[in-house]
Amino acid sequence: MISFNLLIFVALCYVALLFTVAFVAERHAANGRVNWLRSPVIYTLSLSIYCTAWTFYGAVGYAARSGLEFLTIYLGPTLVMVGWWWVVRKLVRIGRAQRITSIADLISSRFGKSTSLGVIVTVIAVVGTTPYIALQLQSVTLSFAVFAQGSGQVWVAEDLNAAAIWVAAGLAVFTILFGTRNLDVNERHHGVVMAIAVEAVVKLCALLAVGIFVVWGIAGGPAATLDMIDQSAISEWSPVGGRWVGLTFLSAAAFLCLPRMFQVLVVENADEKHLATASWAFPAYLMLMSLFVVPIAVVGLNLMPPGSNPDLFVLTLPLSQGQDGLAVLSFLGGFSSATSMVIVATIALATMVSNHIVVPIWLSSTARGATMSGDVRYVVLLARRMSIAGVLALGYAYFRVSGGGAALAAIGLISFAGVAQVLPVLLGGIFWRGATRIGAAAGLLTGFALWAWTLFLPSFGSEGIMSASMMAQGPFGLGWLRPQALFGIDGIDPLLHALVWSMLLNSVVFFVVSIFTFPTPIERLQGAQFVNVFAHSSSPRAATQSAAGAEDLLIMAQRIIGSGQAQALFQAAAQKQGKEGYLPDVTPEFIERLERELAGSVGAATAHAMVGQLTQGANVSVQDLIAVADEAAQILEYSSQLEAKSAEQENTARALRDANEKLTALSIQKDAFLSQISHELRTPMTSIRSFSEILRDGEMGADEQARYAGIIHDEALRLTRLLDDLLDLAVLENGQVQLNNSEGSLRGLLDRAISAAGVDLGELGIHRRAADEQLTLFTDLDRLTQVFINLIANAQKYCDAEKPELRIRVRRVDGAQVIDFTDNGRGIVADHQALIFAKFSRLTDSGKAGGAGLGLAICREIMGRLGGQIDYLPGQGGAAFRVTLPATATRPR
Amino acid sequence: MDGPGKPPVFLARASYRQRRLRDATRLLPVVAAVLMMVPLLWSQSDGLGQPTSAVLIYMFVLWFIVVVIAALLSRLIDPDHEPGATNIEDLR
Repeated sequence: MISFNLLIFVALCYVALLFTVAFVAERHAANGRVNWLRSPVIYTLSLSIYCTAWTFYGAVGYAARSGLEFLTIYLGPTLVMVGWWWVVRKLVRIGRAQRITSIADLISSRFGKSTSLGVIVTVIAVVGTTPYIALQLQSVTLSFAVFAQGSGQVWVAEDLNAAAIWVAAGLAVFTILFGTRNLDVNERHHGVVMAIAVEAVVKLCALLAVGIFVVWGIAGGPAATLDMIDQSAISEWSPVGGRWVGLTFLSAAAFLCLPRMFQVLVVENADEKHLATASWAFPAYLMLMSLFVVPIAVVGLNLMPPGSNPDLFVLTLPLSQGQDGLAVLSFLGGFSSATSMVIVATIALATMVSNHIVVPIWLSSTARGATMSGDVRYVVLLARRMSIAGVLALGYAYFRVSGGGAALAAIGLISFAGVAQVLPVLLGGIFWRGATRIGAAAGLLTGFALWAWTLFLPSFGSEGIMSASMMAQGPFGLGWLRPQALFGIDGIDPLLHALVWSMLLNSVVFFVVSIFTFPTPIERLQGAQFVNVFAHSSSPRAATQSAAGAEDLLIMAQRIIGSGQAQALFQAAAQKQGKEGYLPDVTPEFIERLERELAGSVGAATAHAMVGQLTQGANVSVQDLIAVADEAAQILEYSSQLEAKSAEQENTARALRDANEKLTALSIQKDAFLSQISHELRTPMTSIRSFSEILRDGEMGADEQARYAGIIHDEALRLTRLLDDLLDLAVLENGQVQLNNSEGSLRGLLDRAISAAGVDLGELGIHRRAADEQLTLFTDLDRLTQVFINLIANAQKYCDAEKPELRIRVRRVDGAQVIDFTDNGRGIVADHQALIFAKFSRLTDSGKAGGAGLGLAICREIMGRLGGQIDYLPGQGGAAFRVTLPATATRPR
Repeated sequence: MDGPGKPPVFLARASYRQRRLRDATRLLPVVAAVLMMVPLLWSQSDGLGQPTSAVLIYMFVLWFIVVVIAALLSRLIDPDHEPGATNIEDLR
């Protein structure tokens, strides 16, 4: 018999392996190598979290009690996946088009981004999933207990509880580490998915190994096994039509509605084409998982002492035959099944709880809304981490309260029936335009209440919430409300009774209320989007009046999805509109796109509310919206070519308008520059002339002579500098410049630039991060240094903060190496941002600048020659310039 | 099916074939569901029914066949071929 300590050691090694796998996968993803992380095989394996410990241990117990009925639990999902063309494909397409984060988000988003529907679905999911998490904790602790017993210890309740709390804590750590690394779910949890794929292989191999051992090692071949089956107690089973059909339906419904399944099926899906593989590979996986269940059950019933728990046969059978290695493998299989389910379920629930309950409450409790309050990104992440801990704590609490012991299968089916209440609304939402928010809420609440009344509350037993008399006579003696015989219809199997009534009334209420209510405009828009997702790949726009400045939106977006991604998004949008820089015009299309991107992080309802706070839109007339909606969408499809053309014209017009504005401003600037330059040239010339006249006339001491000569010299230098600048620019612009490429370190370059700019003497504080600057560059180093000197000198000259500071950050953005120079001054107002790179431009007239406004123009020309670029970066809380190095300049170390 | 020889002369043929493959994919779960209910008929017809081992073998063979057909269909279907889009070739 294997010692208990050895088992603990093996389990810990296994956990360490999972951490490593997840970590390596995250590293690979971070380096952009996601191809093999995102293959159809991994996708299929990740779906296997459908097979929890309930399958691994419970299926054998189920078969021992109720014969082949256990098959229905796997037939339902098989039908759903084989029929992927009906529902799953549409769900995945909608999930990608609308950037859905969870099943609650899907329902909320479909019915007009309704917060209350999100809350209802979240509550159903939490109530339905908590017992299931408790079930996994129970199965892991029971399997530990089996080994403890084998090595001579007898576990009492305290030991089980202690084991459960360790397992729950470990799972919380793993889930928080790898489940909340990225806020945007569309970046997906590579580490988690990879670890789950490994666990999927382990549990399949473990169950197959036990099965093969049982059939060929104990029973003596397939034929003998089949004989054994026919002679065993299991053969007395005969299928009950209602339960067979009902359970197949139930498992199919649960497969679509379980939060964890929705997470892997829709949210983590990287490519719609993976579905094609999963449509047959996942049913094959299920088939293999169920293949040896009956043989194990039959042999277990024959060999094990009467009264032993059939739920643990997978573990106790190898142990009783002295197959320690196999038993450990089987233990790991069970462990894998339980942990992978808990991890994904927790991530899914935490996303729902934080997006639909915590963040909306936080948003409404902070008075000023999204832009003013602190870092939203941090709040959302914190909410998600707290939710993960909270969900696991709930599962543990349920485990303690229920005390374990009940047959594993019972809890599983009750859980399934709970989450299946979402199915009518889900299917209605994606296939029926007429479904309304009020109808959905009514249907969900009806189904949930009936499920709780007829199945969930009675499951706590007669000493639990419902007394025996209430079960027998109904509440307050109302016989027609008896939990297991509604409306006086008696004698149906309790599960079937609950399933039929809850699904039936749920659907009827949903349908009838939908018919008699009228949807809001946003609901109608979203309805058309969801139902016709294949027809219109582009989404209708919300007719929002854009009162928001693009810069405000950028600031908010940076807080939620991170600065790099937000800037990329804004830049791409601006480029699409034919504009340069980071600030696009705030058009309805742009608002909608932004809203969808944000929805990937915080859910549709919250994103809508946040953007709404800034744009103050949404107060559009019903006619407006309906005009844009369905009918118009169909016309749009036919006139798409026309639209493309007009969009092109719009872009051209916009570019022209911009160019015109720039020209007008420039010509004003140019006039100003001409007087400026003549002034700049005149002043030194005047002093040179007058002092040289004095010198010519003579009659002065040697001291004075030296002083006047010094003044003449200084002024001549100033003139030379100005002429040098002009000459430099002219040479650069004409492309006559010769680049002297050489190799050097970025760090040394910045050091040189800082000392050349004379910062050491001034009061400007410089913040750098030395570790990021370890880069070897190959380019024209002198020219690049000139750019750096210019930027640093500018910060020194123009930063108007009391304690001026300049941050220099080196990072990679979209594969390009960039260097950001950000000061803490007032920055440059949006009107001027387009002008600063033009030559002769100078924003202030103050003489202290001492230049002729050529510095940034020269910088831009230099960067252009080097193959990189320099841009103004708005929304950074000060003047910020981004120098993008050419791809050829950096070399891997 | 056409072999992997020359591309067909009329593109509409490929389009047509894709549509029928989709029909088959839609029909498969329905047929499978009906066949999965067949064991219910056996046991009720004569009170005795088939031995459990026979039901077991039937179910797994059925399951296997469904998986194989699904695999074939999923390989033949081209998901990029949008059914909503009107193909000019179809109108010829």
